Amino acid sequence: MPENIIQVEGLTKCFGDFTAVDAITFTVKKGEIFGFLGANGAGKTTAMKMLIGLSKPTKGMGSVAGFDIAKNPEKIKKRIGYMSQKFSLYNDLTVKENIRFYGGIYGLDKKRIRSKTQSILKELNLNDVAGTLVAALPLGWKQRLSFAVSMVHDPEIVFLDEPTGGVDPHVRRQFWETIYEAAALGRTIFVTTHYMDEAEYCDRVSIMVSGKIEALDTPENLKHQFKAKTMDEVFLKLAR
Amino acid sequence: MVHFESVCPLRSSSIRTSWNRLVMQAIQVDNISKSYGKISALKSVSFQVEEGELFGLIGPDGAGKSTLFRILTTLLLADSGEGHVAGNHLLRDYRKIRRIVGYMPGRFSLYQDLSVEENLSFFATIFGTTIEENYGLIKDIYVQLEPFKKRLAGQLSGGMKQKLALCCALIHRPEVLFLDEPTTGVDAVSRKEFWEMLKKLKQKGIAILVSTPYMDEASLCDRIALIQNGEILTINTPEGLMTEYDLPLYAVKYDDTYQLLKGLRKMPYTKSVLPFGDSLHLTVEAETPVSKITEYLTDLGFENAEIRPISPTVEDIFLELSRRTESKND
Amino acid sequence: MFKIFKAFVKKEVYHILRDRRTLLILFGMPIAQILIFGYAVTNEFKDAKIDVLDYAKDQSSLQLVQHIQSSGNFLLNRILHSEKEIEAGFKAGTSKLVLVIPESFGADLYGNRPVSLQLIADGSDPNNANTLVQYALAMILDFQKERLKLAENPFQVRVETRMLYNPQLISAYNFVPGTIALILLIISAMLTSLTIAREKEQGTMEILLVSPLPPLLIILGKVAPYAILSFINAVLVLVLGYFVFGVPIIGSLTLLLIICMLYVITALSLGTLISTISKTQQDAMMRSLMGLMIPSMILSGFIFPLASMPVVLQYLGHIIPATYFIAILKGIMLRGVGFNFILFEVSVLLGMTLFFLFMTYKKFKIRLE
Repeated sequence: MPENIIQVEGLTKCFGDFTAVDAITFTVKKGEIFGFLGANGAGKTTAMKMLIGLSKPTKGMGSVAGFDIAKNPEKIKKRIGYMSQKFSLYNDLTVKENIRFYGGIYGLDKKRIRSKTQSILKELNLNDVAGTLVAALPLGWKQRLSFAVSMVHDPEIVFLDEPTGGVDPHVRRQFWETIYEAAALGRTIFVTTHYMDEAEYCDRVSIMVSGKIEALDTPENLKHQFKAKTMDEVFLKLAR
Repeated sequence: MVHFESVCPLRSSSIRTSWNRLVMQAIQVDNISKSYGKISALKSVSFQVEEGELFGLIGPDGAGKSTLFRILTTLLLADSGEGHVAGNHLLRDYRKIRRIVGYMPGRFSLYQDLSVEENLSFFATIFGTTIEENYGLIKDIYVQLEPFKKRLAGQLSGGMKQKLALCCALIHRPEVLFLDEPTTGVDAVSRKEFWEMLKKLKQKGIAILVSTPYMDEASLCDRIALIQNGEILTINTPEGLMTEYDLPLYAVKYDDTYQLLKGLRKMPYTKSVLPFGDSLHLTVEAETPVSKITEYLTDLGFENAEIRPISPTVEDIFLELSRRTESKND
Repeated sequence: MFKIFKAFVKKEVYHILRDRRTLLILFGMPIAQILIFGYAVTNEFKDAKIDVLDYAKDQSSLQLVQHIQSSGNFLLNRILHSEKEIEAGFKAGTSKLVLVIPESFGADLYGNRPVSLQLIADGSDPNNANTLVQYALAMILDFQKERLKLAENPFQVRVETRMLYNPQLISAYNFVPGTIALILLIISAMLTSLTIAREKEQGTMEILLVSPLPPLLIILGKVAPYAILSFINAVLVLVLGYFVFGVPIIGSLTLLLIICMLYVITALSLGTLISTISKTQQDAMMRSLMGLMIPSMILSGFIFPLASMPVVLQYLGHIIPATYFIAILKGIMLRGVGFNFILFEVSVLLGMTLFFLFMTYKKFKIRLE
């Protein structure tokens, strides 16, 4: 029985009268690819911000990588990777400079930064463009580099916030292969997205509708449960 | 009339121009190219949209969809090639085109600080009409917006914004409607509603050119063009498209998708293998028996891997056609 | 067509009313600017330190110095002994004004001969210096009046004032024409270029272009509300200047308003020209700031006199519309000159306007590129 890397109980966030996240409860197992789904404005981002220590919960409790999200947000930040939808890479820095920069802010020592830079460049096949400005890279490469950079400090869990904004079928597949690879190395992946078909790539998914988690299971079971052919249909049935 | 064209193919462009005047195709695009500096955004693109047709232009970001839309709405000039919208020449008759087309740009392009009602009546006025005059056309859509008509457009939800933008593009009863990625970034429910609205508009005789990055929306169009890197990969009906995939296609499933993927990549019969949700789509050389694949997988230790032949999705076809185009170009 | 134009203007008015930032620039800035400039020059002061270089050292010179101090505005700081000491006080900041009394002061005053005094002020703080000089002059004339009752001297006391460091002192009156020039420029040019750039940025320009609207109507619809607003603002500044600070309008008011309207058109054509080459609001903002605001403030003679600038900057100053406009305003408002005297400036302004309008028309794109 693998341990739970994320454990959340009755997590709630209110902004004034408005309850953005309404008592959600779920767990994410170590090494799992967990899809956190919902339409825009369903509360996904707010919930994720609480998990990564950027926002304090109004009620409820949760732990990430063994630390309490309300009490130890700083410790959590050191143990997680985060990639936002607008890749956090600097367009006016080169590929190499970006990797070094992020290695630096996560407090890696010089030797580690050097070896990490080399291994990322090699794994992503970016050696030829190491000195190229990130701005000049194709979208798919940027995305994978951004993902690699978010793991520069070898976090146990990586949070991906709406990672596949562009829906180029090639780019998307390349990216999922990279995610699979990271998961195969034992990393937990937590993906938020509003693209329901993205869900099919995850081990388990939760679907949020107006602040509540309305469904949580493997994509296959959900499709079975809702008698739907695709996750899109599952969502449509849930939302209506 | 379309039938007539197929028996009497006209090659010379000058004859074709006068021909267009006669048949009045909603949109006629002939070898249009456009580049920005060194990057060529459109490479000799040609297609036609019939009157009253719902034509989908499907391709990822950066495929050249928006550039094509801007050329067809007379906002950009093509480097070469010609085009007609409702029989009007893109260059010579651009003023006429601007009167008869409705255009919804890729981004939400209404005044965020004006209310729903103010936006609509502004666009009605600049097209020399009123909301009342053409209310019949937008009624079905506008009733959903009516409860919020005093709300500023910037405060609407994504789906509502799209509906308002569609109303504004329709308010002057256009002959041809250009919708550039109207469903991007809109939730699944609103997307579905949006396509239902398009179907109704089509029944009212408006020709619609709609672009989308979502492959699964292809089946909702009368005909589609798949576009990638400024090149049209194919033009077909959704049904016809399926017949373009002439290789055996299997869905392969195993607990550990990633290991399976690595295994299948090395298989000698494999032409391509790509992740599709919780399974892999495997294309093999023609006339490879399933038994060979099973055998190979068993040897690698994927004993209970599930293999079943499937019919391709639009995404399969897109990936396969763009792979072929790339290898052809290389 | 007029209906379309009206709809366009209505939309523009909504934009302005719903955007606090624009509203603030529109009405807050002119008022703030004129009040700041105005009060900066008319501030009351007390106990200003003055130095006296007294060559006469007789009873009448002593009486003069005492009289000057009697109002409470001035306080004697030091008695100087030579001209060389004058600057020391200015440099140390201990004194702002020096009164030089000639050796023959007493004798001249009572001997029916012209009397001359000298006031030397620290021009590096021009507004302050000007005020001090005005006050000191008043006190000296007052002194003379008192003395005249005692001795009938047909000659007036002649006071020669000299400004150190900034000989062409900017007077309070200069700020009103300068402020009008600047405000019209900001509102007409910057705001119009911003609002056109905003349409491009939001993508609404795309829809406007793909509509039967003639491009000229788009431009006119955009600039008309701002033209009216700028004009209202110009009048507001004139009214504030006249009633709060007593800046006179000696010449013809009609002529003044017509010239203001001409300048508004100049600024608007500049604004639309900027907008045709700017893609984003930020871009438009930078261009108007660097290309219009800063040169107009620095090189138009508004703050720094053009005559004391290097020749290159003087030439630059002469291609800035504000330079001519300020000259015209000063002429009409302060000197009361008629149309004949500003013919040259008006024709330059007119020529520039025609040039900008032509360029805008040439550059305005009916497509996106």
